[in-house]
Amino acid sequence: MILLRPMFWITLLLAALFIYLPLRNNDAAMREDLILVAVAIILVSNLNLMIGYTGYVNFGHIVFYGLGGYVGMYLVTARGWHLPTAALTAGIVVSLCALLFGLGILRLRGAYFALATIGVLVAVNAFVRNVDAFGRSTGMYLSFESYQPLGGAMRALWITYYLIIGVMVLSMLLSLLIKRSKFGLGLFAIREDEDAAIVLGINTTTYKAIIYSLSAFLPAVAGALVFFKNGMIDPDIAFEYMLSLEGIVMLMLGGQGTVLGAALGAALYERLRSYLLTSPKLSNFHLVIAGGLLLVVVLFASGGLIGWLYKFVPRSQKVIE
Amino acid sequence: MSGILASMIDGLLVGAVYGLAAMGLSLIWGVMDVINLTHGAMIALGMFGMYLLFSLTALNPYLLLLPLIAIGLVLGIFVYWLSVHWVVGRSQLMSLLSTFSVNMMVIGIGTALWSTSPYNVNFSLKGITFGDYTFTGNHIAAASSALVMALALELFLYRTRPGKAIRAVSDNREAAELMGISSTVVLAIAFGIGIALAIGSGALVSTLFPFTILSGAGYQLKSFVVTVLAGLGKPLGALGAGVALGLLEGAVTPFIAVSWIPLIEFGLFVVVLILFPRGIFARATT
Repeated sequence: MILLRPMFWITLLLAALFIYLPLRNNDAAMREDLILVAVAIILVSNLNLMIGYTGYVNFGHIVFYGLGGYVGMYLVTARGWHLPTAALTAGIVVSLCALLFGLGILRLRGAYFALATIGVLVAVNAFVRNVDAFGRSTGMYLSFESYQPLGGAMRALWITYYLIIGVMVLSMLLSLLIKRSKFGLGLFAIREDEDAAIVLGINTTTYKAIIYSLSAFLPAVAGALVFFKNGMIDPDIAFEYMLSLEGIVMLMLGGQGTVLGAALGAALYERLRSYLLTSPKLSNFHLVIAGGLLLVVVLFASGGLIGWLYKFVPRSQKVIE
Repeated sequence: MSGILASMIDGLLVGAVYGLAAMGLSLIWGVMDVINLTHGAMIALGMFGMYLLFSLTALNPYLLLLPLIAIGLVLGIFVYWLSVHWVVGRSQLMSLLSTFSVNMMVIGIGTALWSTSPYNVNFSLKGITFGDYTFTGNHIAAASSALVMALALELFLYRTRPGKAIRAVSDNREAAELMGISSTVVLAIAFGIGIALAIGSGALVSTLFPFTILSGAGYQLKSFVVTVLAGLGKPLGALGAGVALGLLEGAVTPFIAVSWIPLIEFGLFVVVLILFPRGIFARATT
């Protein structure tokens, strides 16, 4: 029962905090900061399903977020759909695309797969830049009327914020549910030894395709919501390669394979990044610091922060998943 | 018709440079089973290294290749010690991430120093003209330099003792150790050579096209495609596959927008990986 697991309640507590903090003073600046953190948690939690659970590195995870944003924006602007249906449809469309890509590139193993995911990012980026319906390299803009169905721009932004927090909670709960399920055990088996998993009767091809497609769904929904909130999208923002890569740093920092680790790494790194980017002296060096951090984690503490905690307080494994 | 031919010859010349870049990647991948994700950043460093040396000395850039390659060798051994040595033999995820973290640091420093605006090396050799078409001297010189470097590597690997030691470690590390080869030294040297090739090819590209600190990423993707086409650990195969990729690019550019090319290359990459997991030029082994 998921209700008996402490992580479930920790997740809900986190969500309550995310809702309470900006609402207390109707603080829009804090809301924008928290959106960045929430998006990082969404992306990293879903990336964790691939890297932490299945052992397949996805360098182009951001592609789901960007493509979701594009599909969502297209449905809202060109087709006049409402935001929730557009976001949901974006999630479904992108998941189906991922399933299609996955059936192709998941035949590759290990490093070859990792390289192919860089290719997916580059290829989708090139595709979007050449399609008229997506506005080519200038992107798409939202007209002000699009906010009317949600009761004006001001209310629309708050509603979008709550929806994003909802997606964040779903991301963490999804990771939690998969972790102790039979499906999750199959994924862990693939991570440890794919050939042995096949021998044990796990249909690895199906498992990998499902998890790849599943890890695309919530980031795509989040992309549709965030780019609706921003009111514009273009290929450089949507498919920001660096953000995709920083997602890996966040995951390794927090602790791959753990639900709280993914969220913790995402939140800490995102705050650090915001601090560095706004500080006049260090803004140019945030990549250097991120790279150094990743190197230190990889070389000296491959379990990340949660890995450390497990090592020093073994009993914490019962509470923190 | 002759336009396509001219474009293909251009592609062939550029392809030799792609091949050179891929040789570096292929060597490291083949010898230590590490996919070097600093490759793109090193290509970019080669471009800026050439830019700096050329603006300092104003010598012929193709002469400046030699000091750049020497610097690349030293830099490569340093990067090996920093990020690769500790993860050789651990899971591939770890070496992917550790080389990738060096990539981030190099790109970060590069962005701070040179921003992401384009630079170019202002140098041109006299070209050769056939009818309506002129092949620039830079293209020809870059392709010939790439060929010379590729042949030098081939001779080094097959005719000298250190080269043979590299191939021995690549074939079977434990057996090579038992024969008295220090595999750590060999791996460091192989990594250094791989980086030197990346720097060299970046330096050559900088004489052909304008570049930014982020340009390396595109050439890194091309190098992956070429390496996979050629199969691992086959330097001359990589050169051939690079030329083939250049020819393909030259043949399609008259017909479609340049922005579609990554899509085509990626499609090729996946199809080849799935159909020929050992590479097209790999000999069938039993």
